[in-house]
Amino acid sequence: MSARLSDPVAARAHARAMEGTIVEAMPTLPPKADDLPPGVAADALVWEETIAGGGYASRILSRGTRVRLIDLEGDACASLLLFNAANPAERLNIADTVKVQWDAYPTVGSVLLSDMGRAMASIEHDAAATHDAFCGPSNEAANQRRYGDGRNSGAHPNARDRLLLGAAKHGLNRRDVHPCINLFKGVAIAADGTVVPHLGPFEPGRALVLRAEMELIMVIANCPHVLDARPWTITPLRATAWRGPVTATDDPIRTATAERRRAFLNTEDLYRR
Amino acid sequence: MRNDPHLTGLVGPVVHDEIVAARAPWSHRVDAGQTLRVIDVEGNQAVDFLLYAADDDAERYSAQDTIAAQANIFLRTGSALLSSEGRAMMTITGTSVEYHDTIGGACSCESNSLRYGHHTKAQHSCVDNFLEANLRDGRGKRDIVSNVNFFMNVPVEPDGVLGIVDGISAPGLTVDLRADMDVIVVVSNCPQINNPCNGFNPTPVRMIVTA
Repeated sequence: MSARLSDPVAARAHARAMEGTIVEAMPTLPPKADDLPPGVAADALVWEETIAGGGYASRILSRGTRVRLIDLEGDACASLLLFNAANPAERLNIADTVKVQWDAYPTVGSVLLSDMGRAMASIEHDAAATHDAFCGPSNEAANQRRYGDGRNSGAHPNARDRLLLGAAKHGLNRRDVHPCINLFKGVAIAADGTVVPHLGPFEPGRALVLRAEMELIMVIANCPHVLDARPWTITPLRATAWRGPVTATDDPIRTATAERRRAFLNTEDLYRR
Repeated sequence: MRNDPHLTGLVGPVVHDEIVAARAPWSHRVDAGQTLRVIDVEGNQAVDFLLYAADDDAERYSAQDTIAAQANIFLRTGSALLSSEGRAMMTITGTSVEYHDTIGGACSCESNSLRYGHHTKAQHSCVDNFLEANLRDGRGKRDIVSNVNFFMNVPVEPDGVLGIVDGISAPGLTVDLRADMDVIVVVSNCPQINNPCNGFNPTPVRMIVTA
Protein backbone atom coordinates (compact mmCIF):
# COMPACT_ATOMS: atom_id res chain seq x y z
CA MET A 1 0.00 0.00 0.00
CA SER A 2 1.71 3.10 -1.21
CA ALA A 3 -1.28 5.47 -1.29
CA ARG A 4 -0.77 8.71 0.57
CA LEU A 5 -2.78 8.70 3.79
CA SER A 6 -1.94 12.18 4.96
CA ASP A 7 -5.45 13.12 6.02
CA PRO A 8 -8.00 11.27 8.19
CA VAL A 9 -10.51 10.93 5.38
CA ALA A 10 -8.03 9.04 3.23
CA ALA A 11 -6.93 6.96 6.23
CA ARG A 12 -10.56 6.11 6.99
CA ALA A 13 -11.23 5.09 3.42
CA HIS A 14 -8.11 2.96 3.43
CA ALA A 15 -9.11 1.23 6.66
CA ARG A 16 -12.70 0.65 5.55
CA ALA A 17 -11.57 -0.77 2.22
CA MET A 18 -10.28 -3.79 4.14
CA GLU A 19 -13.81 -4.95 4.94
CA GLY A 20 -14.52 -8.43 3.68
CA THR A 21 -10.90 -9.54 3.64
CA ILE A 22 -10.66 -13.27 4.22
CA VAL A 23 -7.52 -14.92 5.55
CA GLU A 24 -6.89 -18.45 6.68
CA ALA A 25 -6.68 -17.78 10.41
CA MET A 26 -9.51 -15.60 11.67
CA PRO A 27 -12.82 -15.77 13.54
CA THR A 28 -16.08 -15.91 11.61
CA LEU A 29 -18.72 -13.52 12.97
CA PRO A 30 -21.45 -14.41 13.33
CA PRO A 31 -20.23 -17.98 13.48
CA LYS A 32 -21.02 -20.15 10.51
CA ALA A 33 -20.13 -23.78 9.94
CA ASP A 34 -21.49 -26.20 7.36
CA ASP A 35 -20.21 -29.34 9.04
CA LEU A 36 -21.97 -29.41 12.40
CA PRO A 37 -22.74 -32.88 13.74
CA PRO A 38 -26.21 -34.31 13.08
CA GLY A 39 -28.76 -32.92 15.50
CA VAL A 40 -26.90 -29.67 16.16
CA ALA A 41 -28.98 -26.71 14.95
CA ALA A 42 -27.23 -23.92 13.06
CA ASP A 43 -28.44 -21.38 15.63
CA ALA A 44 -26.74 -23.34 18.43
CA LEU A 45 -23.34 -22.35 17.02
CA VAL A 46 -21.46 -19.95 19.30
CA TRP A 47 -17.85 -19.91 18.05
CA GLU A 48 -16.09 -20.48 14.75
CA GLU A 49 -12.44 -19.53 14.49
CA THR A 50 -9.28 -20.73 12.85
CA ILE A 51 -6.30 -20.17 15.14
CA ALA A 52 -3.04 -19.49 13.32
CA GLY A 53 0.02 -21.63 13.69
CA GLY A 54 1.84 -19.72 16.43
CA GLY A 55 -1.41 -18.04 17.49
CA TYR A 56 -3.73 -18.21 20.46
CA ALA A 57 -7.34 -17.68 21.45
CA SER A 58 -9.36 -17.41 24.63
CA ARG A 59 -13.08 -17.58 25.23
CA ILE A 60 -15.75 -17.88 27.91
CA LEU A 61 -17.86 -21.01 27.51
CA SER A 62 -21.15 -21.90 29.12
CA ARG A 63 -21.78 -25.16 30.89
CA GLY A 64 -22.87 -27.77 28.34
CA THR A 65 -21.10 -26.10 25.42
CA ARG A 66 -19.28 -28.46 23.07
CA VAL A 67 -15.95 -27.30 21.66
CA ARG A 68 -14.67 -29.13 18.62
CA LEU A 69 -11.00 -28.66 17.83
CA ILE A 70 -9.71 -29.83 14.44
CA ASP A 71 -6.04 -30.25 13.58
CA LEU A 72 -6.63 -29.04 10.03
CA GLU A 73 -3.31 -30.02 8.47
CA GLY A 74 -1.80 -32.49 10.93
CA ASP A 75 0.67 -30.30 12.77
CA ALA A 76 -1.42 -28.31 15.25
CA CYS A 77 -0.56 -28.43 18.95
CA ALA A 78 -3.29 -27.05 21.20
CA SER A 79 -1.92 -26.17 24.63
CA LEU A 80 -5.01 -25.77 26.81
CA LEU A 81 -5.72 -23.92 30.05
CA LEU A 82 -9.09 -23.99 31.80
CA PHE A 83 -10.40 -21.72 34.57
CA ASN A 84 -13.68 -21.57 36.43
CA ALA A 85 -15.07 -18.38 34.85
CA ALA A 86 -16.71 -17.26 38.11
CA ASN A 87 -13.62 -17.93 40.22
CA PRO A 88 -10.44 -18.27 38.14
CA ALA A 89 -8.45 -19.29 41.21
CA GLU A 90 -10.02 -22.65 40.44
CA ARG A 91 -8.28 -24.08 37.38
CA LEU A 92 -7.34 -27.25 35.56
CA ASN A 93 -5.12 -29.47 37.70
CA ILE A 94 -3.32 -31.78 35.33
CA ALA A 95 -1.67 -33.82 38.11
CA ASP A 96 -5.05 -34.52 39.70
CA THR A 97 -6.49 -35.28 36.25
CA VAL A 98 -4.05 -38.14 35.64
CA LYS A 99 -3.78 -39.28 39.27
CA VAL A 100 -7.46 -39.35 40.18
CA GLN A 101 -8.37 -41.23 36.98
CA TRP A 102 -5.35 -43.57 37.25
CA ASP A 103 -4.52 -42.80 33.61
CA ALA A 104 -1.56 -41.00 32.07
CA TYR A 105 -3.18 -40.58 28.65
CA PRO A 106 -6.38 -38.53 28.56
CA THR A 107 -8.61 -39.45 25.61
CA VAL A 108 -12.30 -40.01 24.89
CA GLY A 109 -14.15 -40.53 28.17
CA SER A 110 -11.53 -38.72 30.26
CA VAL A 111 -12.54 -35.79 32.42
CA LEU A 112 -10.35 -32.73 32.93
CA LEU A 113 -10.44 -32.03 36.66
CA SER A 114 -10.05 -28.80 38.58
CA ASP A 115 -7.93 -28.31 41.68
CA MET A 116 -11.22 -28.21 43.60
CA GLY A 117 -12.12 -31.79 42.75
CA ARG A 118 -14.63 -30.88 40.08
CA ALA A 119 -15.25 -31.95 36.48
CA MET A 120 -14.33 -28.97 34.27
CA ALA A 121 -14.61 -30.59 30.84
CA SER A 122 -15.07 -34.06 29.38
CA ILE A 123 -13.50 -35.42 26.21
CA GLU A 124 -16.63 -36.51 24.33
CA HIS A 125 -14.94 -37.46 21.06
CA ASP A 126 -11.30 -37.99 20.17
CA ALA A 127 -10.08 -39.02 16.73
CA ALA A 128 -6.49 -38.18 17.68
CA ALA A 129 -5.65 -39.96 20.96
CA THR A 130 -2.18 -38.46 20.89
CA HIS A 131 -2.13 -35.93 23.71
CA ASP A 132 0.37 -34.88 26.35
CA ALA A 133 -0.27 -34.22 30.02
CA PHE A 134 3.42 -34.06 30.97
CA CYS A 135 5.57 -31.66 28.95
CA GLY A 136 3.61 -28.43 29.16
CA PRO A 137 4.05 -25.43 26.90
CA SER A 138 7.26 -24.27 25.28
CA ASN A 139 8.85 -21.25 26.97
CA GLU A 140 10.86 -18.34 25.64
CA ALA A 141 14.19 -19.84 26.64
CA ALA A 142 13.42 -23.12 24.84
CA ASN A 143 12.32 -21.34 21.67
CA GLN A 144 15.33 -19.05 21.83
CA ARG A 145 17.59 -22.12 21.86
CA ARG A 146 15.71 -23.95 19.11
CA TYR A 147 14.65 -21.15 16.75
CA GLY A 148 16.87 -18.26 17.76
CA ASP A 149 13.89 -16.32 19.09
CA GLY A 150 10.85 -17.03 21.23
CA ARG A 151 9.17 -13.68 21.77
CA ASN A 152 5.53 -12.85 21.07
CA SER A 153 6.77 -10.09 18.78
CA GLY A 154 8.90 -12.43 16.71
CA ALA A 155 8.27 -15.20 14.21
CA HIS A 156 8.58 -18.08 16.73
CA PRO A 157 6.40 -17.24 19.73
CA ASN A 158 6.44 -19.69 22.62
CA ALA A 159 3.30 -21.37 23.93
CA ARG A 160 3.66 -20.14 27.53
CA ASP A 161 3.73 -16.50 26.49
CA ARG A 162 0.79 -17.11 24.15
CA LEU A 163 -1.15 -18.64 27.06
CA LEU A 164 -0.15 -15.67 29.18
CA LEU A 165 -1.60 -13.22 26.64
CA GLY A 166 -4.80 -15.26 26.38
CA ALA A 167 -5.17 -15.43 30.16
CA ALA A 168 -4.35 -11.72 30.52
CA LYS A 169 -7.38 -10.85 28.37
CA HIS A 170 -9.43 -12.13 31.31
CA GLY A 171 -7.52 -10.17 33.94
CA LEU A 172 -5.18 -13.04 34.78
CA ASN A 173 -1.39 -12.91 34.96
CA ARG A 174 1.83 -14.93 35.35
CA ARG A 175 0.58 -16.54 38.56
CA ASP A 176 -2.32 -18.01 36.63
CA VAL A 177 -0.57 -19.80 33.76
CA HIS A 178 -0.83 -23.24 35.30
CA PRO A 179 0.37 -26.60 33.93
CA CYS A 180 -1.47 -27.33 30.69
CA ILE A 181 -2.46 -30.25 28.53
CA ASN A 182 -1.14 -30.37 24.97
CA LEU A 183 -3.76 -31.70 22.56
CA PHE A 184 -2.92 -33.41 19.23
CA LYS A 185 0.79 -33.79 20.02
CA GLY A 186 1.36 -36.80 22.25
CA VAL A 187 3.90 -38.53 24.43
CA ALA A 188 4.28 -42.01 25.87
CA ILE A 189 6.05 -42.75 29.15
CA ALA A 190 8.51 -45.67 29.13
CA ALA A 191 9.12 -47.88 32.15
CA ASP A 192 12.29 -45.97 33.06
CA GLY A 193 10.38 -42.70 32.90
CA THR A 194 11.59 -41.65 29.46
CA VAL A 195 9.21 -39.34 27.63
CA VAL A 196 8.77 -40.67 24.09
CA PRO A 197 7.29 -38.00 21.81
CA HIS A 198 4.64 -38.80 19.19
CA LEU A 199 4.60 -35.57 17.26
CA GLY A 200 3.50 -36.57 13.79
CA PRO A 201 2.89 -35.08 11.34
CA PHE A 202 -0.50 -36.75 11.52
CA GLU A 203 -3.23 -37.09 8.92
CA PRO A 204 -5.15 -33.84 8.41
CA GLY A 205 -8.53 -33.27 10.00
CA ARG A 206 -8.30 -35.13 13.31
CA ALA A 207 -11.03 -33.79 15.63
CA LEU A 208 -11.55 -33.70 19.38
CA VAL A 209 -14.73 -32.56 21.14
CA LEU A 210 -14.66 -31.16 24.66
CA ARG A 211 -17.84 -30.75 26.69
CA ALA A 212 -17.78 -27.88 29.19
CA GLU A 213 -18.97 -29.16 32.56
CA MET A 214 -18.76 -25.74 34.24
CA GLU A 215 -18.70 -22.10 33.18
CA LEU A 216 -15.20 -21.84 31.77
CA ILE A 217 -12.49 -19.52 30.59
CA MET A 218 -10.65 -21.53 27.95
CA VAL A 219 -7.22 -20.42 26.72
CA ILE A 220 -5.55 -22.15 23.78
CA ALA A 221 -2.08 -21.61 22.36
CA ASN A 222 -1.14 -23.23 19.04
CA CYS A 223 2.65 -23.40 19.00
CA PRO A 224 5.12 -26.22 18.23
CA HIS A 225 5.36 -28.86 20.95
CA VAL A 226 8.30 -28.20 23.26
CA LEU A 227 9.97 -31.48 22.19
CA ASP A 228 9.41 -30.94 18.46
CA ALA A 229 12.95 -30.90 17.06
CA ARG A 230 11.95 -30.02 13.51
CA PRO A 231 12.45 -26.55 12.09
CA TRP A 232 9.47 -24.36 13.14
CA THR A 233 6.45 -26.49 12.18
CA ILE A 234 2.94 -25.56 13.28
CA THR A 235 -0.29 -25.56 11.27
CA PRO A 236 -3.70 -23.95 11.90
CA LEU A 237 -6.18 -25.16 14.46
CA ARG A 238 -9.91 -24.81 13.92
CA ALA A 239 -12.25 -24.22 16.88
CA THR A 240 -16.02 -24.61 16.60
CA ALA A 241 -18.39 -24.50 19.56
CA TRP A 242 -22.12 -25.00 19.99
CA ARG A 243 -24.58 -24.95 22.85
CA GLY A 244 -25.57 -28.27 24.37
CA PRO A 245 -27.34 -29.73 27.37
CA VAL A 246 -25.75 -29.91 30.80
CA THR A 247 -24.54 -33.45 31.44
CA ALA A 248 -27.25 -35.78 32.70
CA THR A 249 -26.89 -38.04 35.73
CA ASP A 250 -26.86 -41.14 33.52
CA ASP A 251 -24.17 -39.82 31.14
CA PRO A 252 -21.80 -42.67 30.24
CA ILE A 253 -18.63 -40.64 30.86
CA ARG A 254 -19.93 -39.53 34.26
CA THR A 255 -20.99 -43.00 35.37
CA ALA A 256 -17.93 -44.87 34.08
CA THR A 257 -15.97 -44.75 37.35
CA ALA A 258 -16.47 -43.88 41.00
CA GLU A 259 -13.98 -41.02 40.73
CA ARG A 260 -15.80 -39.43 37.80
CA ARG A 261 -19.19 -39.82 39.49
CA ARG A 262 -17.88 -37.90 42.48
CA ALA A 263 -16.26 -35.24 40.25
CA PHE A 264 -19.65 -34.54 38.66
CA LEU A 265 -21.33 -34.52 42.09
CA ASN A 266 -18.82 -31.87 43.15
CA THR A 267 -19.49 -29.78 40.02
CA GLU A 268 -23.23 -29.97 40.61
CA ASP A 269 -22.65 -28.88 44.18
CA LEU A 270 -20.92 -25.73 42.86
CA TYR A 271 -24.12 -24.71 41.08
CA ARG A 272 -26.49 -25.70 43.90
CA ARG A 273 -27.57 -22.27 45.19
CA MET B 1 28.21 -33.45 65.40
CA ARG B 2 29.79 -34.84 62.23
CA ASN B 3 29.22 -38.32 63.64
CA ASP B 4 25.57 -37.71 62.81
CA PRO B 5 24.94 -40.16 59.92
CA HIS B 6 22.45 -37.72 58.39
CA LEU B 7 25.37 -35.38 57.68
CA THR B 8 27.45 -37.91 55.75
CA GLY B 9 28.83 -36.41 52.56
CA LEU B 10 27.86 -32.82 53.33
CA VAL B 11 30.88 -30.53 53.14
CA GLY B 12 29.97 -26.94 54.03
CA PRO B 13 29.03 -25.61 57.45
CA VAL B 14 25.49 -26.33 58.61
CA VAL B 15 23.50 -23.09 58.62
CA HIS B 16 20.08 -24.55 59.34
CA ASP B 17 18.90 -27.85 60.82
CA GLU B 18 15.26 -28.54 61.59
CA ILE B 19 12.88 -31.43 62.12
CA VAL B 20 9.58 -30.95 60.31
CA ALA B 21 6.86 -32.66 62.31
CA ALA B 22 4.67 -35.26 60.68
CA ARG B 23 1.78 -33.62 58.74
CA ALA B 24 3.27 -30.11 59.02
CA PRO B 25 4.12 -27.35 56.50
CA TRP B 26 7.61 -25.85 56.25
CA SER B 27 9.10 -22.92 54.39
CA HIS B 28 12.67 -21.69 54.21
CA ARG B 29 14.85 -19.46 52.05
CA VAL B 30 17.86 -21.18 50.50
CA ASP B 31 20.41 -18.90 48.86
CA ALA B 32 22.19 -19.63 45.60
CA GLY B 33 25.09 -22.00 46.22
CA GLN B 34 23.68 -23.44 49.44
CA THR B 35 22.66 -27.09 49.63
CA LEU B 36 19.43 -28.39 51.14
CA ARG B 37 19.43 -32.00 52.32
CA VAL B 38 16.02 -33.59 52.91
CA ILE B 39 16.16 -36.69 55.10
CA ASP B 40 13.43 -39.33 55.11
CA VAL B 41 14.04 -40.05 58.79
CA GLU B 42 11.78 -43.04 59.29
CA GLY B 43 11.35 -44.10 55.65
CA ASN B 44 8.74 -43.80 52.86
CA GLN B 45 7.57 -40.34 53.85
CA ALA B 46 6.42 -38.25 50.88
CA VAL B 47 7.78 -34.70 50.97
CA ASP B 48 5.66 -32.45 48.74
CA PHE B 49 7.93 -29.67 47.53
CA LEU B 50 7.53 -26.34 45.71
CA LEU B 51 10.01 -23.60 44.84
CA TYR B 52 9.58 -19.87 44.28
CA ALA B 53 12.24 -17.47 43.04
CA ALA B 54 13.08 -15.31 46.04
CA ASP B 55 13.29 -12.14 43.93
CA ASP B 56 10.08 -12.73 41.96
CA ASP B 57 7.74 -15.35 43.32
CA ALA B 58 5.59 -15.35 40.17
CA GLU B 59 8.47 -17.45 38.84
CA ARG B 60 8.08 -20.89 40.41
CA TYR B 61 8.88 -24.55 40.03
CA SER B 62 7.45 -26.06 36.86
CA ALA B 63 7.08 -29.82 36.79
CA GLN B 64 6.27 -29.72 33.08
CA ASP B 65 9.31 -27.64 32.08
CA THR B 66 11.46 -29.93 34.23
CA ILE B 67 10.08 -33.08 32.59
CA ALA B 68 10.32 -31.68 29.07
CA ALA B 69 13.91 -30.52 29.49
CA GLN B 70 15.17 -33.91 30.67
CA ALA B 71 12.63 -35.94 28.62
CA ASN B 72 11.96 -38.09 31.67
CA ILE B 73 9.29 -37.99 34.36
CA PHE B 74 11.54 -39.21 37.18
CA LEU B 75 13.84 -36.95 39.18
CA ARG B 76 17.28 -38.42 39.78
CA THR B 77 20.77 -37.23 40.60
CA GLY B 78 21.56 -34.53 38.05
CA SER B 79 17.96 -33.47 37.48
CA ALA B 80 17.60 -29.68 37.29
CA LEU B 81 14.37 -28.37 38.81
CA LEU B 82 13.32 -25.72 36.28
CA SER B 83 11.11 -22.70 36.75
CA SER B 84 8.10 -21.59 34.77
CA GLU B 85 10.58 -19.41 32.86
CA GLY B 86 12.77 -22.40 32.02
CA ARG B 87 15.57 -21.47 34.44
CA ALA B 88 17.32 -23.85 36.84
CA MET B 89 16.13 -23.22 40.41
CA MET B 90 17.78 -26.17 42.17
CA THR B 91 19.74 -29.21 41.00
CA ILE B 92 19.67 -32.65 42.61
CA THR B 93 23.35 -33.20 43.37
CA GLY B 94 22.86 -36.57 45.04
CA THR B 95 20.19 -38.93 46.31
CA SER B 96 20.21 -42.37 47.87
CA VAL B 97 16.77 -43.12 46.40
CA GLU B 98 16.57 -44.36 42.81
CA TYR B 99 14.11 -41.70 41.70
CA HIS B 100 11.50 -39.22 42.92
CA ASP B 101 8.10 -38.20 41.56
CA THR B 102 6.90 -34.99 39.93
CA ILE B 103 3.72 -36.09 38.15
CA GLY B 104 1.53 -37.04 41.13
CA GLY B 105 0.79 -33.56 42.45
CA ALA B 106 -0.31 -32.83 46.00
CA CYS B 107 -3.21 -34.33 47.91
CA SER B 108 -6.06 -31.97 48.72
CA CYS B 109 -9.28 -32.24 50.68
CA GLU B 110 -11.09 -31.85 47.37
CA SER B 111 -9.17 -34.44 45.36
CA ASN B 112 -9.39 -36.83 48.31
CA SER B 113 -13.17 -36.63 47.91
CA LEU B 114 -12.75 -37.99 44.37
CA ARG B 115 -10.06 -40.55 45.12
CA TYR B 116 -11.48 -42.02 48.30
CA GLY B 117 -14.91 -40.52 48.99
CA HIS B 118 -16.46 -37.56 50.71
CA HIS B 119 -15.84 -39.13 54.12
CA THR B 120 -12.18 -37.96 53.79
CA LYS B 121 -13.08 -34.27 53.42
CA ALA B 122 -12.11 -33.42 57.01
CA GLN B 123 -8.64 -34.98 56.74
CA HIS B 124 -5.57 -32.76 56.54
CA SER B 125 -3.86 -32.43 53.16
CA CYS B 126 -0.78 -31.15 51.37
CA VAL B 127 -2.61 -28.36 49.56
CA ASP B 128 -3.77 -27.02 52.93
CA ASN B 129 -0.13 -27.11 54.08
CA PHE B 130 1.01 -25.34 50.89
CA LEU B 131 -1.68 -22.71 51.40
CA GLU B 132 -0.74 -22.13 55.04
CA ALA B 133 2.96 -21.75 54.25
CA ASN B 134 2.35 -19.55 51.19
CA LEU B 135 -0.19 -17.29 52.84
CA ARG B 136 2.44 -16.23 55.37
CA ASP B 137 4.47 -14.78 52.46
CA GLY B 138 1.55 -13.17 50.65
CA ARG B 139 1.12 -15.95 48.11
CA GLY B 140 -2.15 -17.79 47.72
CA LYS B 141 -4.07 -20.45 45.89
CA ARG B 142 -3.07 -19.21 42.43
CA ASP B 143 0.56 -19.83 43.35
CA ILE B 144 0.13 -23.55 43.89
CA VAL B 145 1.25 -25.59 40.90
CA SER B 146 2.32 -29.16 40.22
CA ASN B 147 5.01 -30.06 42.76
CA VAL B 148 7.84 -32.50 43.43
CA ASN B 149 7.14 -35.48 45.67
CA PHE B 150 10.43 -36.59 47.16
CA PHE B 151 10.49 -40.21 48.36
CA MET B 152 7.23 -40.97 46.50
CA ASN B 153 6.85 -43.60 43.78
CA VAL B 154 4.44 -43.09 40.87
CA PRO B 155 5.16 -45.51 38.03
CA VAL B 156 3.34 -45.42 34.67
CA GLU B 157 2.42 -48.84 33.26
CA PRO B 158 2.66 -49.57 29.51
CA ASP B 159 -1.12 -49.14 29.13
CA GLY B 160 -1.02 -45.75 30.86
CA VAL B 161 -2.26 -46.87 34.28
CA LEU B 162 -0.50 -44.68 36.81
CA GLY B 163 -0.69 -44.54 40.57
CA ILE B 164 1.03 -44.01 43.87
CA VAL B 165 2.48 -47.35 44.98
CA ASP B 166 4.68 -48.62 47.77
CA GLY B 167 7.69 -46.41 48.28
CA ILE B 168 11.29 -47.16 47.31
CA SER B 169 12.73 -45.08 50.11
CA ALA B 170 13.89 -46.27 53.53
CA PRO B 171 14.88 -44.81 56.91
CA GLY B 172 17.70 -42.30 56.62
CA LEU B 173 17.69 -41.96 52.84
CA THR B 174 18.33 -38.47 51.53
CA VAL B 175 18.14 -36.08 48.62
CA ASP B 176 20.57 -33.15 48.25
CA LEU B 177 19.60 -30.04 46.30
CA ARG B 178 21.95 -27.24 45.33
CA ALA B 179 20.25 -23.88 44.93
CA ASP B 180 21.00 -22.40 41.49
CA MET B 181 19.26 -19.15 42.44
CA ASP B 182 17.91 -17.70 45.68
CA VAL B 183 14.74 -19.69 46.33
CA ILE B 184 11.90 -20.00 48.80
CA VAL B 185 11.34 -23.69 49.51
CA VAL B 186 7.78 -24.59 50.51
CA VAL B 187 7.16 -28.11 51.80
CA SER B 188 4.24 -30.17 52.96
CA ASN B 189 5.27 -33.15 55.02
CA CYS B 190 2.48 -35.21 53.53
CA PRO B 191 -0.35 -36.13 55.92
CA GLN B 192 -2.08 -38.55 53.51
CA ILE B 193 -3.36 -41.75 55.19
CA ASN B 194 -5.36 -43.28 52.35
CA ASN B 195 -2.57 -44.55 50.09
CA PRO B 196 0.96 -45.97 50.45
CA CYS B 197 2.80 -42.66 49.91
CA ASN B 198 3.61 -42.44 53.62
CA GLY B 199 3.31 -46.11 54.45
CA PHE B 200 -0.10 -45.16 55.91
CA ASN B 201 1.78 -43.52 58.78
CA PRO B 202 3.04 -39.93 58.34
CA THR B 203 6.41 -39.36 60.03
CA PRO B 204 8.85 -36.46 60.59
CA VAL B 205 11.51 -35.42 58.09
CA ARG B 206 14.71 -33.47 58.66
CA MET B 207 15.93 -30.44 56.71
CA ILE B 208 19.61 -29.47 56.76
CA VAL B 209 21.01 -26.46 54.88
CA THR B 210 24.75 -26.12 54.34
CA ALA B 211 26.56 -23.09 53.05
